[in-house]
Amino acid sequence: MPLFRRRKEVTRTITARPEAGRLLEVTDLYTSFKTPRGLATAVNNVSIVLERGKTLGIVGESGSGKSVLSRSIMGLLPKHNVVREGSVRFEGKEIAGLSNTAMREYWGTEMAMVFQDPMTSLNPVLKVGRQITESLVFHLDMDKRQSHETALALLKSVGIPEAERRLSEYPHQLSGGMRQRIVIAIALACGPKLLFADEPTTALDVTVQAQILNLLQQQQRERDMAMILVTHDLGVVAGRADEIAVMYAGQIVERAPTRTLFAQMRMPYTEGLLRSIPKLEQPSHSRMQIIGGRPPDLVSPPPGCKFAPRCPYAQEKCHHDEPPLSEAETPGHYYKCWFPVGTPEGQEALERNLSARLPQALAAVAGDVTAAAQVEAV
Amino acid sequence: MPEPSADPIPAPEADTMVAAGVQPLVLEAATAPAVAVEKAATKKLGVVGWIAIVWIVATFGSALLAPWLPIAEPDETFIRNIGDGPSLNHPFGIDGIGQDMFSRVIWGARASLLVSVGSVLFGLAFGGFFGLIAGYYRGRLDTFLSYVFNVFLAVPQLVLALAIVAVFASEPTVSVGKREMWLIISIGLVSIPIIGRITRASTLAWSDREFVLAARSMGAKNRRIIVRDVLPNVLPAMCSIALLGIAVVIVLEGGLSILGVGVPPSTPSWGNLIATGRNELTKIVGANTQVIFAPAIAIFLTVLSLNYLGDVVRARFDVRESAL
Amino acid sequence: MRAVLQRLAQLTVVLLLVTIFTALLIDMVPGDVTNTLAPVSTPEQREGLRKELKLDRPIYERYGEWVGGLVQGDLGCYYGTSGYTTATQCPDKVSDRVTDALPVSLLLMIYAQVLSLVIAIPLGVATAYRAGSLFDKGVNTVAFALLAIPNFVLALVLAYYVGVKLGWTDPTSADYASPLEDINQHFRAMALPTLSLAAGQIAVYMRLLRSDMIATLQEDFVTMARAKGLTPGRILWRHALRPSSLTLLTVAGLNVGTLIGGAVVLERLFALPGMGTQIADAILRRQYVALQSYVAILALGYVLLNFLVDVLYAILDPRIRHARAVG
Repeated sequence: MPLFRRRKEVTRTITARPEAGRLLEVTDLYTSFKTPRGLATAVNNVSIVLERGKTLGIVGESGSGKSVLSRSIMGLLPKHNVVREGSVRFEGKEIAGLSNTAMREYWGTEMAMVFQDPMTSLNPVLKVGRQITESLVFHLDMDKRQSHETALALLKSVGIPEAERRLSEYPHQLSGGMRQRIVIAIALACGPKLLFADEPTTALDVTVQAQILNLLQQQQRERDMAMILVTHDLGVVAGRADEIAVMYAGQIVERAPTRTLFAQMRMPYTEGLLRSIPKLEQPSHSRMQIIGGRPPDLVSPPPGCKFAPRCPYAQEKCHHDEPPLSEAETPGHYYKCWFPVGTPEGQEALERNLSARLPQALAAVAGDVTAAAQVEAV
Repeated sequence: MPEPSADPIPAPEADTMVAAGVQPLVLEAATAPAVAVEKAATKKLGVVGWIAIVWIVATFGSALLAPWLPIAEPDETFIRNIGDGPSLNHPFGIDGIGQDMFSRVIWGARASLLVSVGSVLFGLAFGGFFGLIAGYYRGRLDTFLSYVFNVFLAVPQLVLALAIVAVFASEPTVSVGKREMWLIISIGLVSIPIIGRITRASTLAWSDREFVLAARSMGAKNRRIIVRDVLPNVLPAMCSIALLGIAVVIVLEGGLSILGVGVPPSTPSWGNLIATGRNELTKIVGANTQVIFAPAIAIFLTVLSLNYLGDVVRARFDVRESAL
Repeated sequence: MRAVLQRLAQLTVVLLLVTIFTALLIDMVPGDVTNTLAPVSTPEQREGLRKELKLDRPIYERYGEWVGGLVQGDLGCYYGTSGYTTATQCPDKVSDRVTDALPVSLLLMIYAQVLSLVIAIPLGVATAYRAGSLFDKGVNTVAFALLAIPNFVLALVLAYYVGVKLGWTDPTSADYASPLEDINQHFRAMALPTLSLAAGQIAVYMRLLRSDMIATLQEDFVTMARAKGLTPGRILWRHALRPSSLTLLTVAGLNVGTLIGGAVVLERLFALPGMGTQIADAILRRQYVALQSYVAILALGYVLLNFLVDVLYAILDPRIRHARAVG
């Protein structure tokens, strides 16, 4: 049951287009920043499709461009020194080129974002209640009493005890988990159709992480809301996303429905990510499997496949030619690799590298830490 | 004395390379405090910087060399030219009683700079010393000194300086030297807490560094560490505040002159030129603006140059006044 | 709570030191102070004066008397006028002069502070929001130049030009009137001094606010506010301004000292009957007793004001309030 009625909802259903099943359609999005050293490309030809009520997980390490991606889609990046190209269609309407004033129609009401660190995303000098009711009053024209009641209901729905008291408290008086719940409450206040969760649990204790993720899922189900969950942790999206996209160096290097991804991953990078999650079954003091090396320089990236310098499967070709995004046997599964995991070509490539004692291969297969460090030095 | 302006941008929380990519760019777009100053901090001294240096050198130079410069005597009267505007012989014109303004401004620089540099040195010597030991030894010494600084800062400076000079050196027949000395002492005293606080903050930051710890662990005596390790690093902050301080004192001397306790009018100083000029202005309206404008422009350009250079020194050495 | 008590303790110490210093000013005058105070007088009169000023009593007694007098409103007397030398029949009481002069100075300071904040705050917000733009660079350059102009210089320049425009014979003589007598003339007299005093402050405050605002605008909660769909105006004024205004407030409070100094000088310049004129007069006539009182009043006022600013500071930032409550 929706917690309130949106005035704008009426007009929207009338003008809704027939193919509005596709909530979000991003095509060839490209975002780069002008730095003193040159143009740094953080998002490089990314395409995404998201339907209403579904969850897309975007996974990548630091520097992969995942945070920029979500902000770029939402249009939150500064206009100064930022180059943004490509198409973003929300419910069929193009929003990529819109001005801030036009985007304000969407922010808060149609799409919202939950940020990584709840301590810094809440205004330290304003009471929590104010920060929630503000959106309500501003977007939905509620009066004081209404907004207060709605805010209370919101807080309760995100699982905050003693909601009444919390409304008149300041952020620094609350624990990290509670703060993030409040951030979520603020984001959800006006009932957006799309929620961007940008590393929502990274800044929280492990024990609280699961709670927050569960809360997000629950809210999503109740509101039939789509969610883009951005994280560096494959484990976070494992049970919670319908589709997962793996990002590296600003590009989507593999994209598949969750089960397919875990069962039939093709990108060596994805394999590396999966392998690097420590498992409970492993005996203690097992060496952690890491992917040696660092993400490439975004201003002048290497030619060919961006992951090649760190890839255990890399061959000569990979350093020169960039692989295209190709579809695998299972429909809906795309990847960018010349020598994918789980294929004969890939296996051959790996063996060739192992016998050549390539550090990346050794590091990946044998968990050889020194080898990994050697990759780092390269 | 002004506190250096707040440091513009805190270090970005860059745990993701992308965040690091975004932050400096947004910063770049957003930060242009004293635009040319920031440029100077990273590159070489800009045009403005060099102009400032040239002006300062010229001013100090002509002040020092005044007795030997081919200019008129400051109290020489050109009775025929009273009230004349600027001309070839008298670039700044003649004042209301026939004196050459150009010469008076140059001699005025002598007195003003003497007082300002003198009091800043006084303040640096004592304030710097106290700040250094407070920041280095910390503990109770620091608490005590900080307390003293705060107490002195709680009193308005002009009033304090005025009181001291008025009491000790305001008989009508006071000699220029005596008045100048007391001006230096009183303004110097008043500036001690400010210089002390800045020095202390800088010392605190630098004493925390590992090379100090390393020196101490090798058995170096504290005094040696302070002088050889800490002081050279604190010096830029002190230089910056010194430059800014000289500017402030020049203005302060002006204010004190207007109140009657500046350098006595028998010897020109920029301050008393303005004070006496004001009186003349009211009597000979329209005729004699150079009487005010000449010293005023001199003060303005000197203060501007000193402010600019002080900012450049500070920006170049980027001392964070975090724990003030 | 503990921090408040600490501050109070510091306040008391400062008050003590200031009063001791000013009380002893009389002692520091070289030579025979009674002669200085009342040069035209007989030896008996001077002796009487000495007794009255308790110059032959021990220091602590004199201090006590002085503070007592201060509290009761007896601020001393202008001696030597018309050859008179005892306080009981003082025709020229310092306290009378103060009652007339202090409000003038206070008003000037208040006007200047208000004017500078009213102009500096919007400018600071605007330049922070449009940082890096031509507007921003232009405003900053003007501000930098303004900082270099001493307020008395600006005052004279303004006075001269305004005087020429309006055809005043003496542009620096303001012909002061109190707001109760003739409010038009009051503002006409105060206009130039206020403007001169405020100009430099505007530059300082604007730059400070701009710095802090730029930093605040980078914070996550500002992006969050944008993501909420709030308008820039709202974000700037309701969200970003408060956390950025702390430094400004502190400096505005500390700046009162500069304001006092500036006001004092400008009054003298514009012949406004404020504390400045009185001080200059007392110095000229070497009336150290009066000077003592003036210095005491200014110093004590400033100290108390600083204390109030501290309290205000705590109210504005709830983090400090709670930190104080906890610690």
